[in-house]
Amino acid sequence: MVIEPRETVSVWRAGLAPVWAILASLVVCAMLISWAGASIPNAYYLLFKGAFGSAFALNETLTRSIPLIFTGLAVSVAFRAKFYNIGAEGQLYAGALAATFFGTGLITLPPALMVPFLVLTGALAGGALLIIPVLLKTHLKVDEVVTTLLLNFVVLLVVSYLIEGPWKDPASLGWPQAASIIDEGVLPTLLAKGRLHFGLIIALFMAVIIWLMMRFTVQGYEIRAVGHNAKAAEFSGINVNRTVIMTAMISGGLAGIAGVSETAGLKGYLTLDLSPGFGYTGIAVAMLAQLNPLAVVPAAIFLSAVYVGADAMSRAVNIPTYIADVLVGVSILAVLCSVMLSQYRIRWRT
Amino acid sequence: MSEFIDILLTAGFWAATIRIVSPLIFGTLGELICERAGVLNLGIEGIMTVGAMSGWMWVYQGGDLWTGVLFAACVGAIFGLLHAVFTVHLCLSQHVTGIGITLFASSLSYFVYRMLLPDATTPPKIVPFKPIAVPWLSDLPIIGEALFTQSALTYLALAAVPMVWYVLFRTPVGLAVRMSGENPVAVEAQGINVLAVRTGAVMVGSAFMAVGGAFITMSWFDAFYFGMINGRGWICVALVIFASWQPGKALLGALLFAGLEAIQVRAQQSAGAFIPYQFFLALPYVMSILAMIVMARKTRYPQALLVPFRRGERV
Repeated sequence: MVIEPRETVSVWRAGLAPVWAILASLVVCAMLISWAGASIPNAYYLLFKGAFGSAFALNETLTRSIPLIFTGLAVSVAFRAKFYNIGAEGQLYAGALAATFFGTGLITLPPALMVPFLVLTGALAGGALLIIPVLLKTHLKVDEVVTTLLLNFVVLLVVSYLIEGPWKDPASLGWPQAASIIDEGVLPTLLAKGRLHFGLIIALFMAVIIWLMMRFTVQGYEIRAVGHNAKAAEFSGINVNRTVIMTAMISGGLAGIAGVSETAGLKGYLTLDLSPGFGYTGIAVAMLAQLNPLAVVPAAIFLSAVYVGADAMSRAVNIPTYIADVLVGVSILAVLCSVMLSQYRIRWRT
Repeated sequence: MSEFIDILLTAGFWAATIRIVSPLIFGTLGELICERAGVLNLGIEGIMTVGAMSGWMWVYQGGDLWTGVLFAACVGAIFGLLHAVFTVHLCLSQHVTGIGITLFASSLSYFVYRMLLPDATTPPKIVPFKPIAVPWLSDLPIIGEALFTQSALTYLALAAVPMVWYVLFRTPVGLAVRMSGENPVAVEAQGINVLAVRTGAVMVGSAFMAVGGAFITMSWFDAFYFGMINGRGWICVALVIFASWQPGKALLGALLFAGLEAIQVRAQQSAGAFIPYQFFLALPYVMSILAMIVMARKTRYPQALLVPFRRGERV
């Protein structure tokens, strides 16, 4: 078996790679569905209907895509520089902690200032959590995957300590949760009905900003150059360490905003189940988007639809909801494969 | 402080340490074998989960304990093969593939568990491995209970350390594995198939990880819980770096961490009033990061770790 690069890669071939990956993931999940004894077309129809079939469903799907857009952006920026930030989950909670610290009465500003202020503190907290892993990578060559993953567990324990101890809301009837974000800091809802909130606007805005930055600014160019070939970037005068640190701060900041948006937009207060793994799903979002910031938006909506639809489907035909997580895992592997096959060809000869 | 020393002197503490160390030994040895061959296996967390689920499920469905361990090892090896096809044969990113394998393997475990036991509200139990007291030796004070009154899987874990060391450092197979992680071109020049060596190493390593997971559901506890592995796989990855890719040091590192975990359970009881329990739970993760920092300057990575090998390509 020989793997060789294709001479030319058509736009079609490159663009269709994630589509093939999604199809492959759906096929794998179809096997599980048929094992569960349900009809495959019916199950997928129910999934689709559960995600897009009504105004309420569509509203839920978009609401759930908001944190995924942020974490997807966080991962795509980081992976572009080959900085493997798997800690978006922890950074999300760091952002939520910052929003809770500043947003529950410590500081009161008019809403027009309060919301941007909370977003900023969340971004700073998310970035701060990455300081240790990124400095370890640039200065001691410690693998960032393991350090960011381990910090996820640490941050969750910090959250658990705070909401069961000093930050516990006395009005919560014993439930471990923090006090509610004050009214000035709450992200307004966008529609009269449903939970869709202003976080979506921030998320779309950030997607465009990150796309512009990656494409048209010197910093974006440096991030791409470092990711493509760090040695060559170093020789051409790019400060690789500085670029990686900057990338990490942007990435952590984006994931931190996800925490602010979930706390101040959706839930209203911090709990331990704020994120059912949005940080990890963000990796699948970024991979499906092929690390393109604009493509992160449809990829996030797709995976959010899978989660929302899988809930509806599992209720109707008795398939465990973990089917959605399986699809997320498979899609990461499938997209790796399909993107490679769009750029290389495999020849079966000896 | 005297309470702390009291804890260290109890036989129960040492027995708990040796019990807790077993999954860490299996996981760390598994990761070590993969990385010695030049492949980072971040699928470890998911492979431990799938091992924990499949071994337990085998016994729950009426299988025997030892075939259950074998079954878990085989399932682990299959996920290892998947990782090897992606990283060794298709030369895809070892980081991203590993994370993908972890998400896939753990979600598949939960799916299968729920599928086979849809109505289980309290996790059903199996009859786990029983401690075996070694005659005479188990009567020794403190170490008797700690070292010689353990389950068969723990003895297997302790025996695996010198075995892995022997195979890696004293046999031709081990030499081929280590050289595939150091200088694959030289291995190929000897007429040995690097891709096959790496694939084999990743499969064997993954089988070790799965047995580590199976230990948790089949010997330590008697049921499968969601989120049961809880970052142990990632701690094993850190331990491999801490151990500088040496099986003997891996055992020491694993013992250190197991001791820490055993202490925290006991310290929670005595110091729980003024130190929050989350502090103790966070210790292993923080210690893992510290261990990597301490060792970062001293260790020598396998030279071809993370570097894919393409046959016939000039380097």
